[in-house]
Parts: sequence; structure tokens; C-alpha cells
Amino acid sequence: MHDDSGVLTGAHFIDGDHACSEGAIAAGCRFVAGYPITPSTEIVERIAERFPFVGGVFIQMEDEIASSIAIQGAVWAGKKAMTVTSGPGFSLMMEHIGYAAMTETPCVFVDVQRAGPSTGLPTMPAQGDMMQARWGSHGDYGIIALCPNSPQECFDLTIRAFNLAEQFRVPVLLMMDECVGHMIERVIIPPAHEIQVFKRRYYHGPKNELLLFQPDKDLVPPMVKAGEGYQIHVTGLTHDENGYPNMTVGAQAKLVTRLVNKIRMNADTIIDYREDGVEGADIVVVTYGITSRTAIPAIEQARKEGMRIGHLRLVTAWPFPEKRIRELASKVKAFVVPELNLGQMVYEVERLASGKSKVELVPHAGGTVHNPKEIYAAIKHLVKG
Amino acid sequence: MGEDALYTIDNVVPPNPIENLLRMDRIPHIWCPGCGIGTTVNCFVRALQTSGLDLDKVAIVSGIGCTGRVAGYIKLDSFHTTHGRAIPFATGLKLANPELKVIVYSGDGDLTAIGGNHFIHAARRNVDMTVILINNMTYGMTGGQVAPTTPISATASTTPYGNFEQTFNLPFLAESCGAVYVARWTAFHVRHATKSIKEALTKKGFSFVEILAACPTLYSRRNKLGDGLDQMIYFRDHSEIKHGADTKTVALDFQGKITVGKFVDIERPSYQQLMYDHLKKKLGDQYIPSPEMKNVYGKNGN
Ligand code: SF4
Repeated sequence: MHDDSGVLTGAHFIDGDHACSEGAIAAGCRFVAGYPITPSTEIVERIAERFPFVGGVFIQMEDEIASSIAIQGAVWAGKKAMTVTSGPGFSLMMEHIGYAAMTETPCVFVDVQRAGPSTGLPTMPAQGDMMQARWGSHGDYGIIALCPNSPQECFDLTIRAFNLAEQFRVPVLLMMDECVGHMIERVIIPPAHEIQVFKRRYYHGPKNELLLFQPDKDLVPPMVKAGEGYQIHVTGLTHDENGYPNMTVGAQAKLVTRLVNKIRMNADTIIDYREDGVEGADIVVVTYGITSRTAIPAIEQARKEGMRIGHLRLVTAWPFPEKRIRELASKVKAFVVPELNLGQMVYEVERLASGKSKVELVPHAGGTVHNPKEIYAAIKHLVKG
Repeated sequence: MGEDALYTIDNVVPPNPIENLLRMDRIPHIWCPGCGIGTTVNCFVRALQTSGLDLDKVAIVSGIGCTGRVAGYIKLDSFHTTHGRAIPFATGLKLANPELKVIVYSGDGDLTAIGGNHFIHAARRNVDMTVILINNMTYGMTGGQVAPTTPISATASTTPYGNFEQTFNLPFLAESCGAVYVARWTAFHVRHATKSIKEALTKKGFSFVEILAACPTLYSRRNKLGDGLDQMIYFRDHSEIKHGADTKTVALDFQGKITVGKFVDIERPSYQQLMYDHLKKKLGDQYIPSPEMKNVYGKNGN
């Protein structure tokens, strides 16, 4: 049984999708809008079952476009909100990721990735939406994307996704994949008081002094919700600090630069990665999501044979850990990047390695995970070369 | 005329009675001379002023287009969303805080072409909101392209030889999808429209008011129908008030008869009332609605 705050404290044996639902509830999410799509549906099914007991509202909308904007209405009404989807739905949501970025609406988009393009392989994994997550909506903006590699992390990172969304007033994308979503493992849900939840910052000052989009030092403005008498105006048009449309080159430069900079300048506090044996390594395997787990047998085998192999796992895919990869590029011989796509995040590694070290992609078109032998072969090839 | 004279003139001009609900710091607005949208805004604000609603709890949501700019001029919590998506945004706003009165104010292209799917589903669910749709039979902001509401044979920039597509009969659409209140007026019928908007605002469930308004710049001129005033004369001379008319019979054609009036006014529990009552019945005391849900929908018994 969950406690008063809805947190289902205890040890559970659940899949990543269900863990994501529990993470959302624990993070204080009380509005979810979604549309059925494999392999993400279990998340909303669990939400639909759990929400009536915790003061939440779930609605299955008519499509993903509607879901991705309904959550933003809910946020401006004062709730924490998320929507959940997979590739085809994620494509439909792109415009509203841009709207959330432009209007600084804190919300969470979950993409349980499956193999594409188009309908692709609905029930099988891929990591093909990673660049779409970063650049999919038109124009310039900043977002945050997280990559869990286990049901436990689906729980933990869903909470972190909400916290980051609130802290920076951005859409945060939880980039799961079919494997992580459907993998069943032990998930420990701590007691509510041990879970850190970022409380939305609200403006409480006088009405006549409100500038709705005037940022604090961290470049993030506090929120105001509808119904408080502030008569706010929110628009997806380029706007001034008052929230009013301002169709000038100056207003565009000021606003869009800040939207990008609030992520760039706070990147150090957002970025999270895990390292294993990276110091002194000749080769570093850069992974994320499920690929981090298929890489482990390959890395272990290579180490057994005396090769010095490090493992760097991205927990945040975006912003990308530029500093760290740059630093490592002048120390290591090569990076190996296995991805369940034909090359996406590898471009970031290549850009930052900038010729100082080799970068080798281990591609996979998706549908299943890598055979660790493929990753091992790439490592071995580079060590020899 | 000296400066003093100007002063005197200024002093005798009474303040606009709807000023308190306009963002005067955003005036002048972008609408063309003779455009009917401004007239509908006047009706809307007057309806709001006499509605008895707590204006701090009223939010207005628009999509994109000439009418989509309305939210930006109204001094309420106001949201200018994406093209076609005012209704799902408003759905989220209302579901998350049912203490708000939520109004969607947008155009025919926005709400019934790109946003058509959301329109039919919000009406079907009977989400508690008022949708005010300004029908100028074209896409104004993008330069007068054909819309689902463009009458057959009218010319638009993308139907240079005349439109041959079947035209939407919006009151019929709204009623068949489940709207509990459906009315149609024109920008000529300011008093009727104001009254209907007021009724719609205080109605529980999905209420819908269509107002025909001239787009002299792009629709009238291209179709050689004169200016804004000529369209007003057309609205006056060709409208027939028929309250309770069967919505099947109120389709519009090119410069033909316009049936106006209040067509539908029925009672049906709203989406959230149904949600509240249903979950309460199924789950009993275990059902924990949000505090706002309980406040608004818990009162009605069950
Ligand atoms: S283009 Fe037409 S609808 Fe738009 S403001 Fe001008 S007259 Fe009005």
C-alpha cells in the first residue's frame, strides 16, 4: 500500500515501465495525458490504475499531439505533468516540445524507444530517437534527456526528470527503450521523506511588478499559475519579459539565447555519467541505456585478456558531457560507441574527440540488443590497430 | 486645430467600457479595418462583464490565426498556444484545476481543420469549456486560403477557380458530437451574440458559439463582396433567427441565407462530473480526488 503522499515504499519486482509510473507519482506528478502506443502503454495503464487513489487525473487523449499539449495546460494550472509515448508518437509531439521550451513549461516526456523509422518494429528495442530528442522541434532551444538502463533507474530518473524540469523550466525527455521498459527487476522505492522532490518556484510578488519571463540569476524565471489573479499571458511567439509578443530581432536574440544558455550554463549540475576504469584506460566504451549492459561482457572479456578498457555510461544524454569527452580524448587511444542505431550519439563523441583519438561506432539497426561479441570485436580491433 | 482643442476632444471621449478587460498596453491590435473579429471581442467582454464569473478564475486559450490573437488582447490569464491545439491545452488546464472557467477563442481553420480532431473529442467528452469560434470562412493570417468552412464556389488563394469541397456545418458537427449548448450568430447580431456567449459561459459542459465575421481583406475582396460594411449588410439582410432549428438544416452556402439562433441547450453531466461520480461509485472512500476536483464536483451529491 502506498503512503499518504502516494509513494509505494518497499521492494518491488516490476518492469521499467511500471517503475517509471511509480517514479512519476513519487515525484508529485498528478496529471498524465497519453495515447496508447507499444512499448510505452504499461506506463499509462499503471497511472490510470493508481491515480484515483493519489489525487491524480489521467486522461487518454485522442492522439499524441493532444496529449503533449494537454499536459502543458495542466502545468499552467499548477500540476506536475507528463506524457508517455514511443517513436511515432514522439514524432507527433515534436511541436509541443518546442512549445514547452519556448514557454518554459516544466514537463516530462517519456519515450520508450522502439525500432523505426515510421511504424518500424513496434515491440522491439532501438535507440534511434536520440538526435530527435535533442533537435526534433524546429528552431533553437535547450532540453534535457536522461537514459535509464534498469527498472530501478526508470524510477530514479523519472523523479530526476521532474526535478530538472522544475529547476530549469524545460521539457525533460526520459529516453527509455523497449528492453529497459519491459525488463523486470528489483526496484527499491524509498520512503517518501527520503525522496528529494524539487518544489516548483512561484512568484508571489505584487501583480503590477510581475514580469512573467524575467529570469533569476540562474536564467530561470519563477512560475505563475492560472487562477491567481495575475492575468498572465503566455505565447509561443517570440516574447518579451512581460510575455507579450515582440517580433524583433533583438527580442528573438535575447529570448532564444537565454533558452539555450540556461541549459548550457548549468550543464555541470545537470550532467550525470558513470565511469568504470576510465582512468588509465586505452580505450573507453561510451554507452547509454540498455547498450550499457550489453557492453559489460565485452569489456570484461577484453580486460581479462589484459586490455585496459574504461566504460563511460551516459545517464544524461543531453546536455552531452562535452568537457569530459574532450578531456579523455587527449588521454585515450580510442572511443568505442555501441548504439542501437546506425550512428547518432557517436557524432558527439567524434566532434569532441576532434581527431585526437579514434572513434568507432558499433552500429545496430535495432530489433534486439547487440551481441557483446560485436562490441568486443571493435575493442580488440582498436587495441591491435 | 491647436493643442488645446485636441485636449478637449480627448477629454470628452468616454473610456471604452470594455477597457478593464483589455490589455490596453497591447493596443492597437493587428486586425484590419472592417474585420469582424474586434466586434466579437466586444460581445465577449460584455458577456464576461455581466456573467458574474470571478474573473481571476477565468482563463482564455487561443490557437493560431487572426482570431488566435484574441487571447493576447484580453486581460485574463491568457494562453496563445499552437495551431489547432487550443482545445487540448484548455482540456489540460480545466482538468488540472476545475475551479477555472476555461474559454477557447479561435478561428474556423484553427478549430475545425488542423484542430478538428480535438474539437470533436472535447464535445464528445463534454469537457467543461466554452468554445467561441469566429468563422470568417478563410485563413486570414496566411493570406486567404480555402478552409473547411469556405462555401462552395467561393474563391480562395488556394482555390483560384472556386471551391468545390463540401463545407462544414459547424452547429451540426458540434451537436452530433455531444455539445450541450450550440448557437450561431453573425458580427451584426451583437446583442444576441453577447447573450449567447453569456449563456454559454455559465453552462456546465461543452458549450459552443459560432460567430460569422467578415474578413474584408482576404475573403470579401477576393470574392468581390465589397468591404466590411457590405458584409454586415449581407449578415443583416440574409440572416434568419430560428431558435431551436434542426442543426442539420443550418448549413451555409455562398452568400445565401444564414440561419442564426440558439439551436441546442440541453443538460448532460460534464466529463469531470462523470469522472468524479464514476470513480466515487466504483472505489468508494478509497477514491482520492484532487482537492479542486472535490471542491467543484463533490458538491453535486452521490
Ligand atoms: S486578414 Fe481578415 S480576418 Fe485577419 S485581421 Fe484582416 S480582415 Fe480580419
